[in-house]
Parts: sequence; structure tokens; C-alpha cells
Amino acid sequence: MKRTVLGMAAAATLALAMGSGLAFAQTPKKGGTLNFSVVAEPPNYDCHGSTTFALIHPIAPHYSLLVKFDGKDYPKVVPDLAESWSVAPDGMSYTFKLRRGVKFHDGSPLTSEDIKASYDRIISPPQGVVSIRKAYYSDLDVSAPDPATVVFKLKNPMAGVLEALASPYNCIYSAAKLKQNPRYPETEILGSGPFTFVEHVKGTSWSGKRFDDYYDKGKPYLDGYKAFFVKSNGVVPGIIGGQFDAEFRGRNPQEKAQLLDKMKDNLSVFEGTWVNNLMLVFNTTRKPFDDVRVRQALSMAIDRWGGSEALSKISILKFVGGVMRPGYAMSLPEAELVKLPGYAKDINKSRDAAKKLLEQAGVKDLKFKLLNRNIAEPYTPAAIYAVDQWRRVGVTTEHEQLETKLYQDRVAAGDFDVAIEFQADFMDDPTAQFSKFLTKKLSPSGYSGHTDSKIDEMYEKQRRTIDVAERTKLVREMERYALTQAYNVPLLWWQRIIVINKKIHGWYMTPSHYLWQDLSTVWLDPQ
Amino acid sequence: MFWYLLRRLILVIPTLIGVAIAVFFLIRVMPGDVVVVKLRADGAAVSEETIEAERKRLGLDKPLYQQFADYMIGLPRLDLGKSLWTGEPVTKEIALRAPVSFQIAIMAGVIAILIAIPLGTLSALYRDSWIDHGIRVVAVSGLAIPSFWLGMLIILGLLSLFNWLPKIGYVPLWEDPITNLSVTIWPAASVGYRYAAVATRMMRSSLLEVMREDYIRTARAKGVWTRLIMRRHALRNAMLPVVTVIGLEFAFLIGGLVVTEQVFNINGIGKLFVDATARGDFNLIQGLVLFIATCFILINLAVDLLYGWLDPRIRLN
Repeated sequence: MKRTVLGMAAAATLALAMGSGLAFAQTPKKGGTLNFSVVAEPPNYDCHGSTTFALIHPIAPHYSLLVKFDGKDYPKVVPDLAESWSVAPDGMSYTFKLRRGVKFHDGSPLTSEDIKASYDRIISPPQGVVSIRKAYYSDLDVSAPDPATVVFKLKNPMAGVLEALASPYNCIYSAAKLKQNPRYPETEILGSGPFTFVEHVKGTSWSGKRFDDYYDKGKPYLDGYKAFFVKSNGVVPGIIGGQFDAEFRGRNPQEKAQLLDKMKDNLSVFEGTWVNNLMLVFNTTRKPFDDVRVRQALSMAIDRWGGSEALSKISILKFVGGVMRPGYAMSLPEAELVKLPGYAKDINKSRDAAKKLLEQAGVKDLKFKLLNRNIAEPYTPAAIYAVDQWRRVGVTTEHEQLETKLYQDRVAAGDFDVAIEFQADFMDDPTAQFSKFLTKKLSPSGYSGHTDSKIDEMYEKQRRTIDVAERTKLVREMERYALTQAYNVPLLWWQRIIVINKKIHGWYMTPSHYLWQDLSTVWLDPQ
Repeated sequence: MFWYLLRRLILVIPTLIGVAIAVFFLIRVMPGDVVVVKLRADGAAVSEETIEAERKRLGLDKPLYQQFADYMIGLPRLDLGKSLWTGEPVTKEIALRAPVSFQIAIMAGVIAILIAIPLGTLSALYRDSWIDHGIRVVAVSGLAIPSFWLGMLIILGLLSLFNWLPKIGYVPLWEDPITNLSVTIWPAASVGYRYAAVATRMMRSSLLEVMREDYIRTARAKGVWTRLIMRRHALRNAMLPVVTVIGLEFAFLIGGLVVTEQVFNINGIGKLFVDATARGDFNLIQGLVLFIATCFILINLAVDLLYGWLDPRIRLN
């Protein structure tokens, strides 16, 4: 393979940036309604209690955040409600100055009290309120010394504070309304984002219209938007049939080809890496997966580089990477990655070594079950590929596909040999990305069941290291260790392919489908 | 007639109570936790403490007998509880989806009747002729082709020929008839074809049987026109089993359009059922089963009443 996968990722990102730049160079036009599809529907409207893009895509346009990731320059964090901020020299406090004159959709002013109330709700949720990420923010203490200032004090040093505050789930709610009913965001929308809520037709659609008092004067450009809830297989026919013009999560290569075949001249295509991967989770509480040699051998039997080439044509699986997304600043460079078990480019040599390791571990004719979800894309091709790769070192695998809820039950209960799990988060920060590699003690999704406290210690250390260069060193060290111990091993990272109608401008693709969905910069050019 | 109707309606109550009890306990054998599915949907590392708190909030931590008592106490007040997924009352969730499912089922029924009665009659009248063979091919194809596949063909056809698909969403017929029909006609046609095939075959065999009856032979011997024999004597008698089939198929369509609704992006009862089952939303599943059971019972009752009208010899008492 002459061009490396990383090279392809860089090229795709560059093409993306150029495409975006061209779109941005044009003068935005006002008006029109953006119709797009969402392939799932949120259970309720509360950002703080959600983990799904199904909430972000229709609901993000209603809310402002304190700060947000820049869609044009990910992972840069830019102001949203905050106008500026300063960080104390010791890194233990962040002071945000807020924009003045920001209003909620009901006309009430947004002040620092609203930011404080929203973050208090995330960090210490009142009874009955679900806050998914409270542990992530447990080191923060929020105060509002004056209406235009918010201060976040850290109880312990914490890396990536700004990135954590840029979470698309940290919607800012009204303090006054929260006081009346802390659970109002589950059923009502009252934000200060670019669009006001119009209607939610359950099972069908969600719509919003321009908020004329939005703080960023002149924006949004759209009159409104309508999100249609459809099944994944309805997206391509829906775009071709003119029911909607976009889907912002991602499509697979065949769907891209179908769309291009039908509407070549009317589409814009965005491609790049995705902050999602599929990983193999070895149940270390079961023999022989408690033996590092067996885990390494199973990882080494898989030709990730060949798999990347083959699977990327038929699925969203594409990029070879370790724990961190390939191309991300803190990830292991390819030259280092190829030295780790399972990443060598000479697969024959790697498989010979794998066989020897199995022999040394005293494992002969290994047979096990590979637990998987019954979702075709990308889980089925990934599992079929893994099963075939293991067959080549004499390992027999039975592929067991279950409905998601049954799969989740089995994985959480540790009732599996090896499972195919996915990692997805809104950002690349190692504190988020390593959550499934930790012990159960530190992470509820430490499904491999290992008790290696060293990895927890390394995790805590990087989490508390503010200096970026020092943290990168620690993260890479931890990545090397995690991939060598192979409690979980990434199989392949996903490619994000977005195909939208050419009339849509001002939308920028980031590596995360959770980000830059407030639609404030999006505009339509029917020509 | 009145007492018959009253007795049948009273009998609905113990039937529904039986269904409610069976569903409540059977459903809880189903593995999977709605809270885990909801909170860990996108693979988030959600703590056990958060999951337990949510289970408690939804009342899933209560002993089974207490959950059962709460459920049964709510039933007489038509309180089917709240959806564990959305938190909305189950009755509201069902009421939102029922109109579109009913409309598609009615339209499919009309399509079926319009096709089945003439085709079934022709097929029986010209038994073993090329007309009969042709109609039987059409009918057997209707049984063999799954409705959802026909639906997919319809969608592909619309896309290939017109680059067009019907609007997503349901607008009531009285608000905008054209939009309403442009949305509902396609799924109705795709399920209506199968529905028509079943009824056509039933119509044909039933009519053939009736045509062998003595009174038909007598009428023929008297020189009565075939058309008159059909209209006055044969058709009405042959309709009894056809009405049964049409009624049962109609009841089935209320909750049985599972895949077809997904193919056409129709937000109906079938889609709701699939979603509720995939998520393990017990309350919603219970409500839906009760709703569909009620539809079956009432449609059966209507069919029984129709028997009396079609054949006055049948006494409804």
C-alpha cells in the first residue's frame, strides 16, 4: 500500500477544509428551511441526561453552550455564550466573561446564574434528574460572582477543561425555570440558541424557526429547519426522493455511491476520520483470555492494514489506529504503532508470532464465541473479518449476534468470551477515549474485567497533567501499555462520510457527529 | 340483538383482563433493561448509580406484585401507565399513531374488497378457463410476495420514474386530502394486494362451494339467468367466509404493518410496537397488546353482527 491510511485521512481532511473554505468564501444567503433526517429519535429533550446524537441533531439548534468546538478548526474551542476567558496561572480556575444582552427564547435575559444553575444540575443533579456525565465534572466548582462572570474552580488539577466544557450536551437552561421544576428540560425547550422550538411530531419530525433575538446578529441564516426521524435505510431514498437534503451522522460507501449515481451534480461529499472505533473486548475473567499472550496473539492474527483496504469499500470501517484516533495530536505516530502487537504490516510474520504465543500459553485448538450486536453496519463485517483472521491461526470462533439490549445485558454482566464493542464520544480527549480500557473500579464500561490498576494510575496521571507536551507523553505511554496488555484492542476506526445536497452551505464536518450541529452558520443556495 | 351485543361487550372485560395478566408476566421474562438501552445508547460510560437512580424513578425497582397492582388499578381508568422510554402516557403514544394505522388498514380493506369480490367471482364463474388461471396467478403472487418487498418495489419505482417520494408525516384526511392520500395510498396498496389475494382465493372457493348447492341447481333448472343466480343467491351466501377473512385481516393490519410502516416511514402502531420491543418498554408493549386485542375483539364482534345481516337464518341470541 503506497499511500498510508493516515495519509488518506490527511488528504480527506485537507479536501474537506478546502471544500469548507470555498463554501465560506461565498456570501451567505438568508432564508429557506433546511430539511434533514435523523436515524433515531431522542427519548426526551434533556441534553444533560442524554448520550445520543438523536438528541443533538434536532435539539442542538435551540441551545447555546458556554464554549463550543470550532467546526472549521476542530479541536479548537471557541466562545459561544462566553465572550472571553482566562485561566489562572496554576490552571486551577477558569474565569469566563459572558456576552451581554443574550436572551432566552422567552425574552428573559441569560446571565451567569443560568450557567451556574445548568452546571450545578450536571455536577450535582437534584433527585429525579439524570446527569450522565456528572463524574466527568466532579472536580469543578461553579460560581457566578456577577451577572456577566462565571468562575470554574478546580478541586484537583484537570486536563482538557475547556474541551470538557465544550460538550454539546452541556446545554444552558434557565435558572428561574429550573428552580420551579428541575426536570423541565425533559419536556420543554427553552434555550438561547439560534432557533426556537416549533413542534415535535413524535415518531415523525422536529422543527424549529429562526430566533430573531439570537446574540450573533445576522445569524442564523435559515428561516427554520425540520428534522425527520427515519430508519437508516430510508435516508438514501429520502435524499433522492427530495424528502430531505441531508443526514449528518454518516453514511457508508455503498450509500455514497448510490447517491452519487443518482444525483452526482447536486451533492457535496465530506469524508474524513470519525472519533469512533470498533474494538475487541477480551473477557479477562475467563480462561484463556486472562493470559496476555493469548490476547496479544488474537490481536496479532488480525491484519488491520489489509482489513482497512478491504472493509473500507463495504463499510464505515477504515482507519488503522490505537486507542486515540489516527491523526489526533496525542495519538501514537504510525511508526510507533506498527511496533505494537497487532499493528505490524507484515501479517505473515505477525501470524507466525501469534501461533508461537498461543503455543507458549499452552492453548491448542482455541474455540470461543464472539459476541456482537445484530446491527449490520459496521458490526457484522467487522466480526466476519475477525472470525476469518483468527481462522488463519487455527482459532475457531462462533459469531453470536444479539439484539442491542440483550447484547448490553450480556456484556455488562461479563457473560461473554470476546465482544465487539464500540467507542464513541464527542471529542478526542484521552480522558474520554480511554474509559473502556480501565478497570471496573474506575469505569462502568471497563467490560474486559481486568484488575490492572497500573492503567488506572496512568489514566489518573494524564488526567491531572495540564502541560500538553507532558500529557501527550503520558497518553502515548498509556496507549502503548494498553495495546500491549490488550485487554481491549481497537479493530478499526470509522470513516465519516457525509453526503448532502449542494444547496447546503456553511456546514462543516468535524470528526465527531455530535459537534457543530447548532446550524447557526448554515445557509441555503437553491442554485 | 341488543342483549346479544351487551353480552358480547361484557365478555370483552374478562378477556381483556386475561390478556393484561398474561402480557404483564410474559413480558417480564424478556431479557434486557430499558434504562440501560436508554442511557448507554451511544456507548457512554454511565455509572451503575445513575442507572439505578433512573430505574427507581421509573418504578422498576418496586417488587413485581406492586408493579402489577399499580398496573391493574390503572386499567379501569384507562390509565395504561407511562412509556418507560419517553415518559409520556401510553394512551397518548397510541392515540398519536392509531389514526394512520386505521386509515391504512381501512384503505387496504377497501382495495382488497374492490379487487377480491369481482376477481373471486370471475374466477369461480369461469373455473379452469384462462381467466381463472390468470386470476389465480395474480392471487397466488399476492400471497407469495411479502408486502414490505412490494413496498420497496413501489418506492424504487417512484424514485426511478419520478425521482419523487411521498412527504414524510401524517396529515389527517379532512385537513389535506391530497397530501394524506399521497402518503397513505402506497402502503395501503402494498398490503392491500396481499389482503386482496387472500380474499380472492376465499371468494373463489366459497363461491364454487355455493354453486354446487341444491338451491343453485334448482334455480338453474328453472332457467334463471346466471347473473341473477349469482346476485340473488350465490354471492350473499358465499360472502360469509370472505367477511371473516376480511375482518381478521383488517384486525391484523392494525398492528401488523410492522415492516411496511418502516419501509414507507409511516409512524403507525406497527412501528411503535417494534420500537417498544427493541427498547424493552414494558408499559408501552402492554398497552399496545391490549389495544390490538381490543381491536381484534371488536372487529370479531362486527363480523358476527354482519353474519346476521348477510344470512338472516343466523340468530344473534
